[in-house]
Amino acid sequence: MIAAGVDMGAHSIKVVIADGDKVLARSIAPTGFEPVEAAEKALADAVNQAGIKREDIQKIVATGAGRKSLPFADTSVTEVTADARGTTHLHPSVRTIIDIGAEEARGIAADEQGKVADFAKNDKCAAGSGAFVESMARALEIKVPEMIELSLKSTKDAPINATCAVFAESEVVSLIHSKIEKADIAHAVHDAIASRVSSMVRRLSIQNDVALIGGVANNAAIVDVMKKHLGTDIIVPENAQYVSALGAALSAAA
Amino acid sequence: MTTTDVYKYKTKPLDCWQWGKELRLEAYQELVSGHEQGKLMILGCAATPYGILAGLGDFVFLAGEPYGASVAADPPFSIPCMETFEAKGYSRDMCGYMRNFLGSMYLDKYYFTGGSFPKFDFAWSVRHCPAGHPKWHEIVSDYQGIPMNYIDDESMLAEGGDHQHRIDYIAGQYLDTIEWMEKVTGRKYDDEKGIQAMRNYFRNEALWGEICLLNGAIPAPLDIKSMFALMPISMLRRHEEVATQFLTTLRDEMKDRIASGIAAVPTERYRMCMLTPPPWSFLKVFRYLENFGVVFVGTYVYLINSGEVKFLYEEDKVVPATVPEERSGWPEMKTREDLCRTIARWRYEHPFQSHLDTRKKEYIIMYNHWKANAYLLLLNRGCVPMTTNMYDFQRDMQAHGIPVSMFEGNFADCRDIDETGVLDRLEAFLEGQGITKLVETV
Repeated sequence: MIAAGVDMGAHSIKVVIADGDKVLARSIAPTGFEPVEAAEKALADAVNQAGIKREDIQKIVATGAGRKSLPFADTSVTEVTADARGTTHLHPSVRTIIDIGAEEARGIAADEQGKVADFAKNDKCAAGSGAFVESMARALEIKVPEMIELSLKSTKDAPINATCAVFAESEVVSLIHSKIEKADIAHAVHDAIASRVSSMVRRLSIQNDVALIGGVANNAAIVDVMKKHLGTDIIVPENAQYVSALGAALSAAA
Repeated sequence: MTTTDVYKYKTKPLDCWQWGKELRLEAYQELVSGHEQGKLMILGCAATPYGILAGLGDFVFLAGEPYGASVAADPPFSIPCMETFEAKGYSRDMCGYMRNFLGSMYLDKYYFTGGSFPKFDFAWSVRHCPAGHPKWHEIVSDYQGIPMNYIDDESMLAEGGDHQHRIDYIAGQYLDTIEWMEKVTGRKYDDEKGIQAMRNYFRNEALWGEICLLNGAIPAPLDIKSMFALMPISMLRRHEEVATQFLTTLRDEMKDRIASGIAAVPTERYRMCMLTPPPWSFLKVFRYLENFGVVFVGTYVYLINSGEVKFLYEEDKVVPATVPEERSGWPEMKTREDLCRTIARWRYEHPFQSHLDTRKKEYIIMYNHWKANAYLLLLNRGCVPMTTNMYDFQRDMQAHGIPVSMFEGNFADCRDIDETGVLDRLEAFLEGQGITKLVETV
């Protein structure tokens, strides 16, 4: 069965086309102000990549924040279910999944069958998400890739105490004026995110193996500090940003 | 899945529903016009044994929390009230009910009429919760220039120690309070009226508790929204004989519904319960979840507040409560002293006073009694005491194998509820339980 999973994220739309459990194509497009059009484009790109026709897709499953607004989806699953399904398909030993996206972070406890046993989400708070990283990069007047690189070179702790992304930006400005090195500030930002997310995930009784997915999983600095906060190794699946879309596609067969 | 698979049970409205609505309306009308008719108007809290006030003659009792809840359920009225309260310099994280109530007072707008906020004859209550509701009444007392008194029964929550000494201390306060009420009202207290009203009060609490327990049947004969709609009769008219008549009728009708297999929600396939009051501005969440075949069978807080049950901890069971005069070793109330001592002891032994560790056992007993499939917990920004220990409760429930969904919100402040986020979270939880929207599967 050829199915498409469409992850309607806040920042970007990810599409995975799979034939059974074999991935045929992946594509991504910025969500922008016209998410449906963006989803159409991302799906068209993926269809092209897969070398199939749109009609060959037997089922389209939407997930993500905008999943209910996708008119051409046959059905939808929540991101929690999609994350669990996708991650445990790629790494069956995973029992704790952490998904840090642009606007939201989630922790999910999965059982041996990839079913959700429990989950936690941040509530109305961007301080544990990709949006915070981007906002702090702007405050430091650098791009995110440079911020990651700098962070990994940090030699000193410069803690950010504010629990809110907005207040943290003021704190970063203060650190800049205190002549704290950009590398140390960058590290502090990543550490603050990791601390917040780890605190949320600990509500779930963390069980190994632990996986990190979502766009922010591509941030090596975050992965590094998350390992320290959780005190355990973390699996970052290949194409971590697409895991939710993969999970949605795989759930088509259910 | 066929329509028959989805609509598993037969359903029909309650026969006594219309009567219930009339009794409830009368209660609210009393709150509007009772004072003008010469009745005493008294402010207190919902847990106050206000039946004792009947000894002073006709009265209207406005409990602050139900008023706050009524206001909270109406955002266009509620938001200006809360903003007015906050503009006075009070913190936004104070009791949600209080913010709505006091805001309404400062705006001089009475929710039930839109006219002026009533002036009370006096304020009197018991220690209701660690949020300090008598402190709230003190603000009213200062603002309106009215007398205020309060029963200090904090000692009730301590485990161990001299129980009899505590009961004596509390009973003495009730006796003193009656003398104080005579002084501030100029009325002579009629012991027999006070005793009879409290007999009704105890009976109605026991009946409401029994009614809540009957929802352990499958299918549940009542859904939570209907229970909330009928609860004002138990909460506001607890001292009245007509409430006994109604609650007896309701209980008997529920038993008939159980015998005939009549459900509140004909699609019932998943049962949930709560610990706390609901988000009053977002009651539609319960109707929304009925689209998934989810029925909410009850909430612990209203089982033991406006209701009473008896927990048999050694047997992990819960049964309907008996009234004090039917309990072994409790004397018949013949005098004022009997009345005060009975109230003091009754409150002392009421499940409302149970220690947090005991509460944990009670939550599990209730879950099993209600044959629930999951708990829904509210991290309530509008009530710090209610939220304290919530994660602890969650862990404890999960350790007992109980699925738990938790969301953050506010029972009395619509500004603190992300409705889309809550529904999304609940949908994710139900999906993990294998429960999806029924409409899409038929």
